[in-house]
Amino acid sequence: MTQAEIEIQMLAVVVAAACALPGAFLVLRKMAMMSDAISHAILPGIVAAFFLTHNLNSPLLILAAAGTGVFAVLLVELLMSTERVREDAAIGLVFPVLFSVGVLLIARYAGDVHLDADAVLLGEPAFAPFDRLVALGRDIGPRALYAMGAVGLANVAFVALFYKELKIAAFDAGLAATLGFAPTLIHYGLMTSVSITAVAAFDAVGSILVVALMVAPPAAAYLLTDRLRDMILLSVGLGVVAAVAGFQAARLLDVSIAGAMASAAGAVFAIVWLAAPRYGVLAGRRRRRRQKWEFAEKMLAIHLFNHEGLPEEDTERRVGHLEEHLSWERDFARRVVRRAQSNGLVRQANDDLLALTPKGRAAASEAITNL
Amino acid sequence: MSGAAAIEVRDLTVAYRDKPVLWDIDLTVPPGVLMAVVGPNGAGKTTFVKALLGLLPVSAGRIRFFDAPYEASRQQIAYVPQRGSVDWDFPTSVLDVVMMGRYGRLGWIRRPGKREREQARDALARVGMDAFAGRQIRQLSGGQQQRVFLARALVQDARVYLMDEPFQGVDAVTERAVIDLLRALRSEGRTLLVVHHDLQTVEEYFDRVMLLNVRRIASGPVEQAFTTDNLRLTYGGRIAFLRSANTADAADPAAP
Repeated sequence: MTQAEIEIQMLAVVVAAACALPGAFLVLRKMAMMSDAISHAILPGIVAAFFLTHNLNSPLLILAAAGTGVFAVLLVELLMSTERVREDAAIGLVFPVLFSVGVLLIARYAGDVHLDADAVLLGEPAFAPFDRLVALGRDIGPRALYAMGAVGLANVAFVALFYKELKIAAFDAGLAATLGFAPTLIHYGLMTSVSITAVAAFDAVGSILVVALMVAPPAAAYLLTDRLRDMILLSVGLGVVAAVAGFQAARLLDVSIAGAMASAAGAVFAIVWLAAPRYGVLAGRRRRRRQKWEFAEKMLAIHLFNHEGLPEEDTERRVGHLEEHLSWERDFARRVVRRAQSNGLVRQANDDLLALTPKGRAAASEAITNL
Repeated sequence: MSGAAAIEVRDLTVAYRDKPVLWDIDLTVPPGVLMAVVGPNGAGKTTFVKALLGLLPVSAGRIRFFDAPYEASRQQIAYVPQRGSVDWDFPTSVLDVVMMGRYGRLGWIRRPGKREREQARDALARVGMDAFAGRQIRQLSGGQQQRVFLARALVQDARVYLMDEPFQGVDAVTERAVIDLLRALRSEGRTLLVVHHDLQTVEEYFDRVMLLNVRRIASGPVEQAFTTDNLRLTYGGRIAFLRSANTADAADPAAP
């Protein structure tokens, strides 16, 4: 990789990590769509603040524009509080309006600066290395990398410092309130963090990628663990994986970097969704299939157990009779018998006759008492 | 401490828009009692508990705990919400949920440590759930979830416990465990106000009761307040069969 490419890759990794932290809490609070609203609604704020600062990476611009993100959340909540509009509709109403105001402002007043409607949606990480930060007369790297790094560190500090508060407010807002933790304050703290991250990341990667990196890695991490701390760490890790895979794919295929990274985030989620060891789709299917066979084996054991030592035992013990008594297909019955044999529950005494082993008898009587 | 009521409610009114949900409620709960709040669906039982905790805006009225406003008594009041009020798929363990009961004492930013873990383990042992400490909460049954909530309230070490339907949808074994625990808390001098839906067990479980249907119909010791007339006023005419069965039982030992 060239120096510029290394810088772009570093920026992508930092953006992914910074987005995953507040993203994990958005996903847990079932507010993933809020990231969509915020990342679009900040546009008019960015344009307005740009007129004041003339610098897309100035901390002042980031804070001022983040205010628009929080304002969008307030508008959504205002609409919801009237109980005439549901949350999904409120989000769908607020962010396109604010976003299009931003687009109009750009078209009317900022046509000649590096701020156009395409860049807003997809960003252009490839430009990041051109805007350098110079300190004491020396070039110390792309400005965007420092801006994003500062926001990322702020997010780390926010989550580390208020981990307990964020957790209790997300799990049980009622308890949080009675214990004096002001869940509304925590809510707006999180929304501020999302807004600041979205503003800082938008210039480099655009609003689509912000949404992808805030939602996909945490949603994937949620399927991999049962612990909040691990979920947050995994979100960051999976975000970084998506950033590296996406950028390398973009280099290889010569396509949009932001587009490739968003696709990589989607691919990471899809892989985890399918293959997660416990909560993945495939694991669930495997588990259901295994349960089906285990249940059938248990039924077989109970059937033999119920007829043990009775006069009709010999007819009931025949494999062929299972088809009649349990209404099993012949193939299915044979496979159940074979599995039960290899698990040591039954043995085939002679030709067609089945008998319970001591283990099978124990399993049957346990199953009956647990019915 | 001995003179003041554990909970003192005066003229409490809570409205939803222009519709009163609770109307002009007066209630005095002396310390060290186990009190039920009963009433039909929509009577405002949950609203009443939430209003006491400052979780809802109050239209009028005054609420005191041991002669102090709620904000000053926060640490002395534990709240057990309905089980369904939280997301049981949240990625956390049983022990972690119980430790949340200590967060209030820890205050902002400070993290729970070894001491909090021990307190949480003790509380889990008291509700018979010590073997479940490391479990993911989504693996719990309804009764186990309820016990975890009770353990979380236990570690709060509060003087007043407000519980919303702790017997809702639990099996007989859990119900027994819960009532034993509530009685143990009462015998430690704590005050318990419990939203309850099963009229059959009010006389057995509780020593005081408030009958609520938007207004306070009656409150006081169970044998005085829990009368057929008051129940009819609270529920309308639909509970006649229940009371006649109960009074017949109660009359037996008194027969010569």
